[in-house]
Amino acid sequence: MDMSLRKNTPLSGPLAGIAFGRSLAVPLAVVALGVLAPWLVSAYELNLLARFLAMALLAMGLVLVWGQGGVLSLGQGVFFGLGGYAIAMHMKLAALADGDLPDFMVWSGLDALPWWWVPFKSPLVAILGVVLVPGAVAALFSWAVFRRRVGGVYFALITQALALAFATLLISQQPSTGGFNGLTDFQTLMGVELGTPAAAHGLYWLTLALVVGVFVALRALMASRYGLLLRAIRDGENRIRFLGYDPTPFKVVAFTIGAVLAGLAGALFTLHAGVVSPALVGVVPSIEMVIWVAVGGRNSLAGAIAGTLAVNLAKDGVSSAFPDLWLYALGLVFVLVVTLLPGGLAGLVADAGAAGLGKRLKTLIIGEAK
Amino acid sequence: MTAQATAPHIGTTAPASNLLLAVDGVTVDFDGFKALNGFSLTLDRGTLRVLIGPNGAGKSTLCDTIIGRVRATSGRVIFKGQDITHLPEHEIVRRGICRKFQTPGVLPGLSVVDNLMIAARRDRRWWSSFRHGVAAEEKARVADILETIGLADRAAAPAGQLAHGEKQWLEIGMVVATRADLLLLDEPTAGMGPAETSQTAALIRRLVGQHTVLVIDHDMSFLEQLDARVTVMHQGQFLKEGSVAAIRADADVAAVYLGRAKEDTHHD
Repeated sequence: MDMSLRKNTPLSGPLAGIAFGRSLAVPLAVVALGVLAPWLVSAYELNLLARFLAMALLAMGLVLVWGQGGVLSLGQGVFFGLGGYAIAMHMKLAALADGDLPDFMVWSGLDALPWWWVPFKSPLVAILGVVLVPGAVAALFSWAVFRRRVGGVYFALITQALALAFATLLISQQPSTGGFNGLTDFQTLMGVELGTPAAAHGLYWLTLALVVGVFVALRALMASRYGLLLRAIRDGENRIRFLGYDPTPFKVVAFTIGAVLAGLAGALFTLHAGVVSPALVGVVPSIEMVIWVAVGGRNSLAGAIAGTLAVNLAKDGVSSAFPDLWLYALGLVFVLVVTLLPGGLAGLVADAGAAGLGKRLKTLIIGEAK
Repeated sequence: MTAQATAPHIGTTAPASNLLLAVDGVTVDFDGFKALNGFSLTLDRGTLRVLIGPNGAGKSTLCDTIIGRVRATSGRVIFKGQDITHLPEHEIVRRGICRKFQTPGVLPGLSVVDNLMIAARRDRRWWSSFRHGVAAEEKARVADILETIGLADRAAAPAGQLAHGEKQWLEIGMVVATRADLLLLDEPTAGMGPAETSQTAALIRRLVGQHTVLVIDHDMSFLEQLDARVTVMHQGQFLKEGSVAAIRADADVAAVYLGRAKEDTHHD
């Protein structure tokens, strides 16, 4: 008898056969294409791709938190923002002579650097801050909430309130945060001139490498006993509790990993976009993040990457052609995915592998006799 | 085995050192409704006890209170000589009590064997979940339980696909896999036919000795097959204790059940 615990991983089954396979041919081809992208696409397209890949880091975190842990967070924008602001604060300070203040502080009449800006002069603090600040905030917050056994919809609402409060705070503290405009106009990062093609390529490859690394690491984590217990808690928290496990730390760990990845995503996005602002971290962007993962498939890491790329490419297309339509289009996509494709794109691929795409489409259109 | 089950104090050691669980004057007050009202119960190691009583007598509340799901308003629960009344649930389980719920509490998305593996794991601290490997002894225990509950050939199937009776057995298997000293089995034969019921009775009787078992059930033929000492509860209080035959013959017990039956007909 096979007693292995590492069976029935979320990526087993037909999806694994198609997207990853026993052979590594498909993933290696995708990664190779990614590595060569700087020579295949324009500088503008490469920048878009780099931003979307950064966001995919956050999306993979949501697979762990929401798909595997069953914890819906509508506040990932907060952690994205913490990471983004951490690196942006450093870049603002790095461009200044000693004793000078960032331009927006001067305009607001500030005469000294706020104390919480000071440590970010150090590049090491800033880079550690990108992961440690969101991680620490998420760990403390989720521990306080989960130990009181608040979950489900209530947790989602609390995280949404957090996103709202964070964006409001950033806007209202204009003299020390840059307010609605956020932080922008970065020159160098650790002595490297930003905005050159070489820097853009380097940052793009760094992002791609992190996406690959995080993909592999999360896949291993989901296949581990921790992953098994996390899914078990999602499916029957009380049963697990009455088998002698404390569910709280399992969920806190997942939420914290999700926040660290969101922080990393925010920092990389800020580098690629050259700006971080409250418009990227509030309620609407936080909900969009959930939609990327819903579209891609919330239990599939590859699906989350694909969903992030697809939704954001669509956003780029739709919102430049019809700016007013984007939110309606996104809402429609979300409704369609939730009602027709609960497994997202990944579920569609898996079913296509199992039953044939034609049959699946037929099922979609005429329904299933179940 | 039968003699031991019907006479819990039999054995060579003194009854006091044999004591596993003492529920000591426990009251559970739900906003004025006393689900348990100064209820006391003791269980000796390696014995089997059956708890019966009409609906609302407080049987499930008693299990909930022992396991920490419901907290006693007053009174104490003493397990292995220690007060566990206010411990967190997972801590109570780690001390050696495990409960089977009324509706099967298996994890539907996990395979049968993973359900048992999670239950059998001795080190349940979160950080040890990152470690690889499973102790050979845990594997052996799970393989053993799979045979005992007759699910060896369904080991890889998702637990959600099992038939109702199989789910009940799987959950009994999970409770046993934890090596708990005290097993609380809440209606283990709910939804089972006569054949499955007697298999379950045989299964439970095999557990007695290694474990102390407290069974809640209504089914009289099941009780007769268990042939254990019976405690009768009524309105959150102790009513009677005795052998199955004695309880069947008892006028007070009959009155409680018949009285409830009469009330029910009036209400319906």
